[in-house]
Amino acid sequence: MYEDKVMDYFNNPRNVGDIENADGTGRIGDAGCGDIIKIDIKVADRHIVDVKFKAFGCCAAIATSSMATEMAKGKTIKEGLAISNEAVAKALGGLPPQKMHCSNLAADALHEAIKDYQKKQAQ
Amino acid sequence: MKRIYLDHNATTPLDPEALKVMMPYLTEEFGNASSIYEKGRVTKKAIAEAREKVARLIGAQSDEVFFTGGGTEADNWAIKGAAESLRDKGNHIITTVIEHHAVLHTCEYLKEHGFEVTYLPVDEYGLVDPEAVKQAITDQTILVSVMYANNEIGTIEPVAEIGKIVKEKNILYHIDAVQAVGKIPVDVNAIGVDLLSMSAHKLYGPKGVGALYIRKGTQIKNLIHGGAQERMRRAGTENVAGIVGFGKAAELAFDHLSETEERLTQLRDKLLNGMMEKMDHVRLNGHPIHRLPGNVNVSIEFIEGESLLISLDMKGISASSGSACTSGSLDPSHVLLAIGLPHEIAHGSLRVTLGKENTEADVDYLLDILPEIVQKLRAMSPLYEAYLKGEGNRV
Repeated sequence: MYEDKVMDYFNNPRNVGDIENADGTGRIGDAGCGDIIKIDIKVADRHIVDVKFKAFGCCAAIATSSMATEMAKGKTIKEGLAISNEAVAKALGGLPPQKMHCSNLAADALHEAIKDYQKKQAQ
Repeated sequence: MKRIYLDHNATTPLDPEALKVMMPYLTEEFGNASSIYEKGRVTKKAIAEAREKVARLIGAQSDEVFFTGGGTEADNWAIKGAAESLRDKGNHIITTVIEHHAVLHTCEYLKEHGFEVTYLPVDEYGLVDPEAVKQAITDQTILVSVMYANNEIGTIEPVAEIGKIVKEKNILYHIDAVQAVGKIPVDVNAIGVDLLSMSAHKLYGPKGVGALYIRKGTQIKNLIHGGAQERMRRAGTENVAGIVGFGKAAELAFDHLSETEERLTQLRDKLLNGMMEKMDHVRLNGHPIHRLPGNVNVSIEFIEGESLLISLDMKGISASSGSACTSGSLDPSHVLLAIGLPHEIAHGSLRVTLGKENTEADVDYLLDILPEIVQKLRAMSPLYEAYLKGEGNRV
């Protein structure tokens, strides 16, 4: 059902965990729909220097979170905001059609984390 | 890697003895049972023998058993056939919220055609209250349809008690017994049921064949129209090999019923106790005692079912879950929601259904690998993190 790359990112997830005193945290999803993704970022010199995730959800939710954190690491804030859910799915070699809308929210969680950082900066 | 099949409520492997008796009917004995020459007589006789074996398994007479294309067809036939036949007497059907979709969606269809349907709730264990059946009956009620045992949580319903109430009111009584027949003793006369659905592939028979028990004298309309097969009640050239395989599977189930039931109950309890001992935040879904022998259904909190199933699959285990991803919709299983589970706990369900080829070693292997997988998924789970921080389910 899943591409090998999805299975790899599910089975050997990159960047799992939390960041102590994260500069931004993004949360998306709810238990009702079955997927919850949380992404923490650390920002230095307008670059995402560290990023970690936690996810409650199916393989696709975990694999996309894993991929999104990998794609974001080292990118500028602006580049991070430009990462789309579609791009994450594409980087994984695609997702089953029924997963595209329900379990492909990792980029949204990343954007929330960046917006949280920006909000804190503005304060 | 050794593969261990632990999903016997989904389907069962074909018993080698059933396959053996089927083979001639897939090869040289290809005759149409409606033909009068020797080739037809041979298959006609084989069908009659299979019918007797299936009837014996449920305490029926063989002329009360009608072969169908499976359990779903049997459910469709029973409900639509009864509704259409009794339309002049009333338009009300009573069923339950935890039925299989073969029953629920058939009732939905009838609703679109002018019937009223009452869906009775269940308690936290998945039990239907017979008193609630009584309360729901109106002067328009023509049919009560209740499952014998639930396919997901394994709860065995008080079908005989319900039968008493239904019969007092002279209403037709259908039971979807797809998950019960062959696993626990089923006696149509002890229950007082009029219509009872069965499926071969749930009891080590082949797929594509089932049967509907129709009590003598019960009038229901036909579902499949055509030739004179099945004493003019179910048209279509018989699936002879399938029916013969079903017969053999029914015979084997009958001959070994109590020993298999006892062994699988022990294995089930070993698995369940082992899970409870080795992991915390695990809850049993379904009734602890009124439960199918091989059925373990638990919710493992803070994790999601599909990622659990795929992790198990990679370790060689085939099991199932009621999570949204595995139910084919955005909602978790309607059965788990009906017993009152919150969504996130329903999403984390694991169903293990043991069968006759499973051993203690299979259970030990699962108990060996499961805690590690759960730990890995929980370590990734923001719900678990929130729980550890004392934030409940807030993330």
